Amino acid sequence: MKKEKKMKLSLPEVELMNSGHMACQGCGATLAMRFALKALGQKVALCIPACCWSVIDGPFPYSSLDVPIFHCAFETAAVSASGVKAGLEMVGDKETTVVAWAGDGGTFDIGIQALSGVAERNDDIIYICYDNEAYMNTGIQRSSATPYGAWTTTTPVKHFKNRPKKDMEAIMAAHRIPYIATASIGYPEDLVKKVKKAKEIKGTKFLHIFAPCPPGWKSQPEDTIKLARMAVQNAIFPLYEIEWGEKYTLNIKLKEKKPINDYLKIQGRFRHLTKKEIVFIQEEVDKKWERLLLCVNGSK
Amino acid sequence: MKKKKGAQKIVFKSEKDFPLMPMSIGSMLFNKTGAWRNIKPVINLEKCIQCGICWKFCPDVAIFIEKEWPVIDYEYCKGCGLCAEECPTKCIAMVEEEK
Repeated sequence: MKKEKKMKLSLPEVELMNSGHMACQGCGATLAMRFALKALGQKVALCIPACCWSVIDGPFPYSSLDVPIFHCAFETAAVSASGVKAGLEMVGDKETTVVAWAGDGGTFDIGIQALSGVAERNDDIIYICYDNEAYMNTGIQRSSATPYGAWTTTTPVKHFKNRPKKDMEAIMAAHRIPYIATASIGYPEDLVKKVKKAKEIKGTKFLHIFAPCPPGWKSQPEDTIKLARMAVQNAIFPLYEIEWGEKYTLNIKLKEKKPINDYLKIQGRFRHLTKKEIVFIQEEVDKKWERLLLCVNGSK
Repeated sequence: MKKKKGAQKIVFKSEKDFPLMPMSIGSMLFNKTGAWRNIKPVINLEKCIQCGICWKFCPDVAIFIEKEWPVIDYEYCKGCGLCAEECPTKCIAMVEEEK
């Protein structure tokens, strides 16, 4: 064996997630939680509505996380977190960070009115949405986060989804909250940095984490990180921050965007797409990227 | 970083043993997810450059750092192959599980 050298780790060593959870092989949501908890530390309380994570955590007398979790109703992730925070402040605890941890269905469709209310009141919570682009827990139904052209069980191949993904960051930016960021599990250092930054800011913070799902996307379990990284390099899911709804900052600057074909090819849910539709998706992605660049350059 | 101690499965003998509130009183560590896998990762330490990327990207927290070297915990590894795919020197090989 070689000479031993000191190992340099790019992430905090604290480990608040245990093995033995119920996630699928190569789950992206699990990695998102692991990285977020590394950044947040022990002083944190989580509110989890019905989503994949309410199953991954384990059945009744068990839990796979070393932090307190409150399982709430589907549409109330944001208000539950706001209530927990208010309760903690009443008993004099001002250190604990309260995090609402919801999937894309609980954020984009069902929980949006509660989230909008909390953002308008500017309650002091972090709202984290891990986005696997469909209702994966109940068996891959379409949500408003599903991208154009994707197969799901409610949008079968003959009638695939013909509407684009909802632009959640723009909706949240219109609320003028202090901090909005997108992160990806393919870039863990960036994710940890953003969660740490959100922890320091007072007010409502919204984080959108891209988390691939191998069973739902019909991809191989070992490609999870590759897909997350490709989505950033294709500009399908660019990484940026918005402060007070106005100041845009781009985190990963792309010299040249990679073509979208490789990303679509390794996912079974896009296998039915014809060349015409792929060109259409590429145009949509280019338009969205141009819009983002305009926002970034305009706020300098 | 260090391997956590395993937990016991909780058995309620009667209704009186139930906690008054529906709260978690045990850890999921009793659930040995290693039985799920078909292929297992094996690290060739000769080629390892100690970058820690396998530890970083393990969704099952089944890779530990012991004395500056990565060690796989086969009790919990689900065999997804993320570590083998992400390893920069490709020193992790996925081997068929023996029956």
